[in-house]
Amino acid sequence: MSYLELSHVQKSFGPVKVVHDFNMSIEEGEFVSFLGPSGCGKTTVLRMIAGFENPTGGTIKIGGVDQANLKPNRRNIGMVFQAYALFPNMTVAENVAFGLKVAGASKPDIEARVKEMLDLIHLGHLAERYPYQMSGGQQQRVALARALANKPKVLLLDEPLSALDAKIRVSLREEIRAIQRKLGITTIFVTHDQEEALSISDRIVVMNAGIADQIGTPSDIYNRPATRFVAGFVGTLNILEAKVENRDAATVRVAGRSITIPPANLNGAGDGAAITVALRPEALSLSKSPSSDVALDGRVTSVNFLGSVIRTRMDVEGQQVSFDMFNNPGLQPPQIGDIATAHFKASDVLVIPN
Amino acid sequence: MAATQPLLNRRLITDWLGIAPFALFAIMFLIAPTVYLVSGAFLDPNGNLTLRNLVDLFQPNILAAYIISIKISAASAIGGAIIGFALAAAISLGSLPAWVRSAVLTFCGVASNFAGVPLAFAFLATLGRLGLVTIILRDVFGFNLYATGFNLLSFLGLTLTYMYFQIPLMVLIVTPALDGLKREWSEAASVLGATPWQYWRMVVIPILWPSVFGTLLLLFANAFGAVATAVALTGSSLNIVPIVLFAQIRGDVLHNPNLGYAVAFGMVVITGISNFIYIWLRMRAERWQK
Amino acid sequence: MIGKRFWSWLAVFVAAVYFIVPLLATMEFSMRMRRGTYSFDAYRSVFADQRFAETFSYSVVMALITIAIGALLIVPTAYWVRLRMPYLRPVVEFVTLLPLVVPAIVIIFGYLRLYNSSSWLPLTNTDMGANALLVFGFMTMSLPYMYRAVDTAMRTIDVAVLTEAAESLGARWPTILFRCIFPNVLTGVLSGAFITFAIAVGEYTMPSLLNRPAFGPYLALIGANKAYEPPALAMIAFAMTWVSIILINITTRLQKGAAGAR
Repeated sequence: MSYLELSHVQKSFGPVKVVHDFNMSIEEGEFVSFLGPSGCGKTTVLRMIAGFENPTGGTIKIGGVDQANLKPNRRNIGMVFQAYALFPNMTVAENVAFGLKVAGASKPDIEARVKEMLDLIHLGHLAERYPYQMSGGQQQRVALARALANKPKVLLLDEPLSALDAKIRVSLREEIRAIQRKLGITTIFVTHDQEEALSISDRIVVMNAGIADQIGTPSDIYNRPATRFVAGFVGTLNILEAKVENRDAATVRVAGRSITIPPANLNGAGDGAAITVALRPEALSLSKSPSSDVALDGRVTSVNFLGSVIRTRMDVEGQQVSFDMFNNPGLQPPQIGDIATAHFKASDVLVIPN
Repeated sequence: MAATQPLLNRRLITDWLGIAPFALFAIMFLIAPTVYLVSGAFLDPNGNLTLRNLVDLFQPNILAAYIISIKISAASAIGGAIIGFALAAAISLGSLPAWVRSAVLTFCGVASNFAGVPLAFAFLATLGRLGLVTIILRDVFGFNLYATGFNLLSFLGLTLTYMYFQIPLMVLIVTPALDGLKREWSEAASVLGATPWQYWRMVVIPILWPSVFGTLLLLFANAFGAVATAVALTGSSLNIVPIVLFAQIRGDVLHNPNLGYAVAFGMVVITGISNFIYIWLRMRAERWQK
Repeated sequence: MIGKRFWSWLAVFVAAVYFIVPLLATMEFSMRMRRGTYSFDAYRSVFADQRFAETFSYSVVMALITIAIGALLIVPTAYWVRLRMPYLRPVVEFVTLLPLVVPAIVIIFGYLRLYNSSSWLPLTNTDMGANALLVFGFMTMSLPYMYRAVDTAMRTIDVAVLTEAAESLGARWPTILFRCIFPNVLTGVLSGAFITFAIAVGEYTMPSLLNRPAFGPYLALIGANKAYEPPALAMIAFAMTWVSIILINITTRLQKGAAGAR
C-alpha cells in the first residue's frame, strides 16, 4: 500500500472531461512531478488531492484514509500556489504562523516553529516585512515555509516557479528539492517546464489531455518516451518518417538509407509498416566518432548560437533535422548553405509507437 | 552661469504660465469662495475676530438641524453600506451568472446618478400618501402605513430615499475591492486548516475594512451635502442643515450673515473630515493592491 | 456551496425589489392622470409645457458650454502638469478633489457673497454674468470626475514621448496639443463630459440660488404645483440617466479597446 493512492480518478466540468481515469501510487517521501501543457488536467488532479475539487469518480487515499468526505481544511496538506497567495495584511512571520494559529497552537510553540521555518528558508531577517515589500522569489519561499509549518502529510506545489525570473527559478527549485529531501515530505510538483521536472523529480507523470501518458523516472521519460506526445514534449526531438524493411533483421528505411536498430525498439511493427522514429538533437554530431554508424547528408538551413551549444538545422531529403554541438571557439561553426554530414548511432534511434 | 540663469527663469515662467488659467479658475471659483466663507465664520459683522458664530451653532434649532442631518446621513450611509456590501459580495463572490453581475453594475451606475429632484418625485409616487406602495398596503393588505406615524418627510422616509443612491454608490466602489480578493487566498487559508469564518476574520476583514469604512464615510459626506432631494421632498418642512443653509442664502433667516457662514463652515468641516479619512483609507487599501 | 448561491440570489432579489418598485410606482403614478384608466396624458402635458422645452434647452446649452470650457481648461492643464511640472501633481490633484469636500451649496454661497452686486466683480448683476457663474459652478462640481478621466487617459499614452516625437517632427505646441494630445485623450474627455452633462442638467441648488431658468428648478416648481407631471418627469430623467450611462459605458469600452490595441 502506497502512501498516496489515486485510483480511477476522474473529473468532468459539465460535459467537459478534464481528467480521464487517473491512476498513481506515490511512496512516502517521494518527489513526483506532474508535467504537461496547460489544460492537460495536471492542476485539476492536484486540486482534487487538496480537496478544492471533488472527483467525479475514483478514490484518493492518503496514508490509507479515503479523502472523499474531508474538506480541504481537514486534510492537513501543504500547498504553494503560482501567484504566491501570501496574505497581504500579514507580515512574513504572521503568514507562516497562520496555520499554527488556526490549529490553536500555543504562543511559544508558534514562535519556535516560525523561527525554525524562517531559518529553513534563510529569511529569518525579514520576519517583520510585508509581502508587498519583498521580491517574488522571497515571497514564494515564505509561501513554502507557510505550507510546511503545520507538518503536512503531503506538499503540493502548483507551478510555484512559473512567475519568477529564470535565474531565481533554478536556484529556488534546487532549494525546494533540498528542503524536501531534508524533511522527507511526500511532494507533488506541477509544472509545464520539462527541464524543471527532469532536474528535481524522483518520478515524473507526463500528462496530455486528461490522461497520464507515461509515469517513470526522469531518465525513463527522456530516453524511452512511451508516446509520441511524451517524446515531443520532453526535450526537442527530430521526428522522421520511416518504414520497416525487415522485421527480423530490424532494419528500417530512414531518409533514403537503411539502418539497423536494436530489435526491441521495433515494438513488433511488421514488414512494410510506416513508423515514426525520433532522434534527440544531442545524439547527432558533425564529427564521426568510433561508435557512430549512420551518416545523414544535408544542407544547413539555420545556425543558432545558444551559448554553450550551437543548434544547427539541416534539410535531409525534405525532412528537417536539428542537432546540437558544443561551442568550441577554435572551430568554425557550419554556415547556412553548407553541405554537412550528421553522424549518429543506430541504437540511439527511438521508435515512437503510433 | 550668467548666460544660463535667465534661460532657466524663462522656462520657469512658461511653466507657470501653462497652468495659470487653471490656477486662476481654481482660486476664483473654488478656493476663494470657500476661504471667504470659512474666514467669515470667524468674524463678527464688524469684521472683528470672534468665535461667537461657532458657539452660536450650538443654539437649539441649528444644533437640532445638525443632529438630524448627521443622523440621516449616518443611517443612510450605514444602511447603504451594509446592503451595498451584501449586494457587492453577492455579485462578486456568490458564483452568480455573469449577466446578473453586469446587470447589477450597470443599474448601479444609473441609480447612483439618479438623485436630486427626480428621485424625490419617484419616492413620493411610491411611499407618498397616494403612492403605489401605500395604496397597495392599504387596499390589499389592509395596512395603513401613515396611521403608524410613518411620513416620507421624516427621518425614516429621507433615509429610505437616500439609500436609493447610497446603495449603488457602495456597490460601485466596493465591488472592485471584493474582486481584488484572490481565490488563492481563500484556498491557501482552507488548506492551512482555517474555517471560512476564520478566513474572513483573519484575512478578508483586515484587507477590506479600509475600503468599506472609507466608502462609508464617503456615503456619509455624500448624504450630508445632498440638498436637492431634501428640498424637493420636504419643501422646507424638515430642519436639516442643507435646508437651513438654503433658506439662509435665500433670505438670511438667521438674521446674521456670519452665522450663515458658520453653518457652511460646519458643513465643510463634517464633509471634509469624512472625505479626508476616506482618501487616506483608500491610499492605505491600495498599498496591498499591486 | 448551495447556501452561498442561495444567499447571493436573495441579496440580489431584495435589492431588485427595492430598486424596481419605486420605478414601477413612479410609472404607475405618472399614468394615472386620466381618471379610471391609464394614459400618457401626464407626458403629453409635460411636453406641451413650453417651459419644459425652454428650461431643458437652457440647461443643455449650459452643460455643453461647461463641457467645452472644462475640456479646454483641464486637458492642457493635465498635459502641462504631467509634462513640465510633475512636482505639482499632488497639489493639482488635491485641488481637483476639493469639490468633493466642499458641498455645492457652500460653493454657490461663496459665489453669491464674492460676486454679488456690491462686490468688485458684480457678476450676478447681469444675465450673462450669472450664466457665467453657473457654468463655473458646474465646472467646479464636475472637476473631480473630469480631471480624473482625462488624467487616466493621459496615463495610458506616454505624453512625454508623444510630445518629443511631435517636436522632433517639427510640430509647434498648438499642433501638439490639438493634433496629438486631444485626439488621444478624447475618450477620457468624453466620459468626463457625460458625467458633467448628467450633473449639469439635473442640478437644482446652483441654478435655483442664482435664479437661472434651468431644468432643476423647473422640476422643483412642477413638483410643488402639479400632481401627475412630476412622476412623468422623474421617468424622463431616469431614462436620460440611462442613456448617459450607456454612452459612458460605450466610450470606456472604446477606451479599453484602444488601450488594448496599443
